Parts: sequence; C-alpha cells; structure tokens
Amino acid sequence: MLSKSQARLFFFGGTIVTFVIFIGLSWHSLSVEVPKKTHEENLTEQVIRGKVIWEENNCMGCHSIMGEGAYYAPELTKVVERRGEGYMKAVLMSKTPWSPRGRKMVAYGFSEEKANDLVAFFTWIGNTDLNGFPPKPDYKSTINSK
Amino acid sequence: MRYKSQKLAYWFFALSMLLLTLQIIYGFIMAFAHLGYDGLHAITPFNTARAVHTNLLVVWLLSGFMGAAYYIIPEEAEHEMVSVKLGFVQLISLAVVGVIAIIGYHFNYWEGRKFLEIPRPLDYLVVVNVLTFLGLILATLYKGKKRTTTSLVLTMGLVFAALLYLPGMIWFDNQTMDSFFRWWVVHLWVEGVWELIMGGILAFLLIKITGVDREVIEKWLYVIVGLTFISGVLGTGHHYYYIGTPKYWLIIGGIFSAMEPLAFLGMALFAIAMYRKGEKKHPNKIALSWTLGTAIVSFVGAGLLGLAHTLPQVNMYTHGTLVTAMHGHLAFWGAYGMIVLAIISYTLPNMTGRKLYDSNTGVLAFWLSNIGMLGMTVAFGVAGVAQVYLERKMGLDFGDVQKEIQVHFLILIICATMFTTGIGLFIYEFIRYGLPTDEALESSN
Ligand code: HEM
Ligand code: HEM
Ligand SMILES: [Fe+2]
Repeated sequence: MLSKSQARLFFFGGTIVTFVIFIGLSWHSLSVEVPKKTHEENLTEQVIRGKVIWEENNCMGCHSIMGEGAYYAPELTKVVERRGEGYMKAVLMSKTPWSPRGRKMVAYGFSEEKANDLVAFFTWIGNTDLNGFPPKPDYKSTINSK
Repeated sequence: MRYKSQKLAYWFFALSMLLLTLQIIYGFIMAFAHLGYDGLHAITPFNTARAVHTNLLVVWLLSGFMGAAYYIIPEEAEHEMVSVKLGFVQLISLAVVGVIAIIGYHFNYWEGRKFLEIPRPLDYLVVVNVLTFLGLILATLYKGKKRTTTSLVLTMGLVFAALLYLPGMIWFDNQTMDSFFRWWVVHLWVEGVWELIMGGILAFLLIKITGVDREVIEKWLYVIVGLTFISGVLGTGHHYYYIGTPKYWLIIGGIFSAMEPLAFLGMALFAIAMYRKGEKKHPNKIALSWTLGTAIVSFVGAGLLGLAHTLPQVNMYTHGTLVTAMHGHLAFWGAYGMIVLAIISYTLPNMTGRKLYDSNTGVLAFWLSNIGMLGMTVAFGVAGVAQVYLERKMGLDFGDVQKEIQVHFLILIICATMFTTGIGLFIYEFIRYGLPTDEALESSN
C-alpha cells in the first residue's frame, strides 16, 4: 500500500514537473506565437485607446470578446465583419439606450473620436487568429441568408 | 473549541453570510433582466449587477476560508492566534474594501476584466489585507507545537492563492496577453490552489466528524491535491483554445483538463469512504450532510459538468454561452459554497456552546438550497444548449435566440427562490446560535 511519504512525493513531484512544463509552454506561446497570431505590429495607439475604453466601462460585463465575458449581449469578436463601422458608431454614440430587441445597452454617448478608437480595437480583435472561433454556423446557407 | 482566539472565525463567517445575501439579490436583478424586466437599468445596469454578483461571491468565499483558517490553525497548531486584535483589523478592512468596490461598481469605477473588476488602487489594499492575514496564520503556525499535514495544505493553498492574485494586476496592451494572465488567477484559483484550501478544510472536518485516523486521512489528502495540480496546471490550456494562442493548447489543455475531474472524484470517494470507515458517530448530523454534500456536488458541478464542455471540439461551440454559466454555478456552489457552509455548521455549536444541530430547519436549509441550485443549473443548461444550437449551429441572430430561450429564466427564478429560501433558513439558524463565548471552551469538539 501507498505510504504517506510516497503520497507526499507524488504531490510535490507531480506539481513541480507539470509547473515547469506549463511555464515553458507559456513562455513559448507569449514570446513566439501570440505576437504573430494577434498581429502585434497592428497594435496602434488608437487600438490601445480602444482597449482602455473597453475596460473602463466594463463592456465585458454584458458582452463577450474572444468568447470571454457575460452572456447578456452579443459576442463582439467579429462585430466589424457582422455589422460594419457605421452601425457600430451609431450604437456607441447614441444618447439614448440602444435596444434593438428590448434589451437595453447603457447609453454611453461616446464622442466620434472615442467611437473610432473602439472600432479600431474591434478591427484588430477581428483579425486575430483564434483557431477557428467563433465557429461558422453549419446550417447558415439553408436557413438564414444574412 | 479549545482556544479562545478561535472565536475570531465567527465574525468572518458572519461577514460571509451578509455578503452571500447581497450576492443573491444581484443574481435576481440579472435573472429578471434576462427575462425582460430591466427596470433597474438606470441605476444598476447588467454589467454592474454582474460585477457585484461575482465579486461578492469571491469575497464571501474568501471570508469563509479566512474564518476557517482562524478556527483550524490554532486547533491544529495547538497555539492561540498570535494576535486577535490584528485579526479584527483585517476583518474590518476586508469589509471596507469590499464595500468601496461594490459602491464603485455603481459609478463606473472598475476594471472591465471578468472576475477581476476591483480597480488597481483597491488591489493594493487587498494585497495589504491578505498579507496581514497570512502573517497571522504563518506566525501562529511557526509558534505552534504541531505542524500537521492538514494545516500545511490549507496554508499552502492560502499562500499560493495570494501569490496568484498578482499576475492579474499587470496591464497588457494586447487583449490576448491580458486574457492569458487573467486565467492564471481565475483558473489556477478554482482548479488549483482553492482545491488545496477545500481539501484542507475537508480533511479537518473528516478527522473531527468521523474519527478516522489522521494518518489515513492525510495520506489521501496528498494524493488528491497531487491529482489536482498534475491535471489542473496544464489543464489551464482549456482556456487557451480560442484566444489567439497556439494550437498545441488544444491537445494539452484537452488531455489534462479532462483528467481534472479525477481530483473531484477522489474527494467524493474519500469523503464517503471515511464516513463508512468511521466509528465515531458525531452528533452534528448537519455538518456531516454539508461535508459529504460538498464532496459529491463538487464532483457533479466541477467534475462532470466541467468535463461536458472541456474538449476543444465541444468548447468551440459552447465557449462563452450560458452553458458556461450552468457549470459556473454548480461548481462554485458545490466545491466552495458548500465547504464554507460545512465548516460553519461544524464550528458554530463549538464556538457558541449551543448544540442546536438536531433542528429540522437546518435539514430543510440543506435540501432546499441544494435542490434549488440543481434546478437553476438545469435551467441555465437547457437555455445554454438551446443557445448553442440556434446561434452557433444554425446561425440565428443573438437577440432572436435570447427571445427564444427567455422562458428558461422564469424557471431559473423559481428555482432561485427555492435556493434563497434554503439560504434564508441557514442564516436564520446562524443567528439563532447567538454569539460566540469563552464558556464554550473545551466543550466537545
Ligand atoms: C470547483 C471547481 C471549478 C469552478 C469553481 C469552476 C468555475 C468556472 C467558471 C466561473 C467559469 C467561467 C470563467 C470565465 O469565463 O471567466 C468556468 C469555465 C470553464 N470551466 Fe470550470 N470550474 C471548475 C472546475 C472545472 C473543471 C474540473 C473543468 C474540466 C473538467 C472545468 C471546465 C471549464 C471550461 C472548459 C470552462 C470554459 C468555458 C468556456 O469556454 O466558456 N471547470 N469554470
Ligand atoms: C438566487 C440566486 C442566483 C441567481 C438568480 C443567479 C443568476 C445569475 C445570472 C443571471 C448570472 C449572469 C449570467 C450572464 O452573464 O448572463 C450569474 C452569474 C454568475 N453567478 Fe449567479 N445567480 C445566483 C446565485 C449564485 C450563487 C449562489 C453562486 C455561487 C455559488 C453564483 C455564481 C455565479 C457565477 C460564478 C457567475 C458567473 C458565471 C459565468 O461567467 O460563467 N450565483 N448568476
Ligand atoms: Fe478552467
């Protein structure tokens, strides 16, 4: 039967081995792959300003991005592709709560400049390589033409 | 209770119960908003309610863990806490930081990063608070006569949890990096170091309640926390599938995270086996229910419902849908909510000297809250699966799908009401026990 000291060795040994592998892979991911997959060269001042606005207002408290966030409002990774710049700016600059299907968004009433920053942020996000996420609907062609 | 300073735990548990109550109120606000009643939108928009709901959750659990540590460490180390006064300072500062953060969330004062919304300046206060807490615990352990495996595992969990809070405080321009390190906090907490805290508390409870030999219990504790880290550290990869990270995480995250339920299965089998083996029949049946309950429900909520969406082929479709909310509720409840209620149920009679544990109210509280939470999980699950098929498979618009699944939030609210009734009864019992007293010293453990 397993003794207590063997059990302890299993715990400490296992932890150290997996932790070292984890750190190694994380380092490789962040230094080599992520800059390529996210097109870090396109991370302009404007995109970063957009990210700051995204965080200051906790947009992630209703929406999700890269599949992370809340489930109250639409996933926004591909929003530029789906809605286009004009629609987005109308939503962002609206002085009354935008509520296309009865569900309200906070009326931020952003300036045109801030709205542009956010559009730049979403354009950048939309171009990152997310290994195929969000999935392309299987039945889109037969049911929904838009 | 064997040491006067253990009474400190009571106040952390009381804070914990207060914050749980508030958490539930904000849960209802969100559930009603999903159902189409967003009358509070102007004062408490959804994102405010959500930040409050999830942060209160984390703080009431942490307050519960801290209370557990203040009770367990003196008893295991056989030494009074080095300073009760500092313990109270720490309690009050924890409450103050929590209140400021929650008020701030109503005035757009936050950092929009899921679960880590506490703004930077307050983060530093959290750090000071946690350092005070750890200082007290470590000093007591150092001065104590004994260093048991149970107290060591519990303390290791608390120390690592504090360390892992730090990567969440770094600013990144790149959203992918931001998210990458957010998971070092969120995932490595709930699927790593918090399991050490849970395991430590569970071992303590089993030793006390079942009377099984400490050596046996602590040996299995090592095996379980070993399984936790071996699967859970590389299992972080299940959050690195679709956020701009390389493809090898699909394989590594898939394989290792699929092994994570083993640790929870271990916890469940271990608790049941020790209960069967135990000769001592502790009269506190309610504490026993919560102790076995946490081991079993965590396996269902974290283990099975986690496994349900952890493979990359499935997660591609369920990622960021109500399926995640389904799993999040039962996992947090089973593993961490219930362990806190278990240690409270066990310690209250010992701290107050009143043995009110054979009341029907306590039994009812256990069943109503658990059945209610299971019902909520089913409601979220049905809504989530429907959402996955309609939105992700068929390509219908998000808003149209939400209209289709709205009715499930009515069921959610009904089950949540049942859950809330259970929690209400638990808190009623908590209050009925009254305040802790030194007269309770040395009464049966
Ligand atoms: C007590 C332990 C656990 C708790 C409290 C918990 C809680 C949560 C929460 C709150 C989320 C949402 C996080 C976010 O989006 O920021 C989440 C996501 C997730 N959890 Fe767990 N979890 C636990 C254990 C597990 C286990 C053991 C597995 C796998 C077997 C698992 C698999 C997942 C997956 C795959 C996601 C990502 C969902 C998505 O892509 O949207 N979890 N968990
Ligand atoms: C009356 C009880 C409750 C109700 C009505 C409720 C409702 C909700 C709702 C509607 C959401 C937001 C989902 C979204 O983003 O659209 C949520 C999130 C969450 N709640 Fe609750 N909740 C309740 C109690 C609890 C309890 C007791 C726990 C933990 C033990 C909990 C843990 C969570 C977590 C972890 C999230 C975030 C989930 C995620 O991001 O995937 N809730 N809750
Ligand atoms: Fe995870």
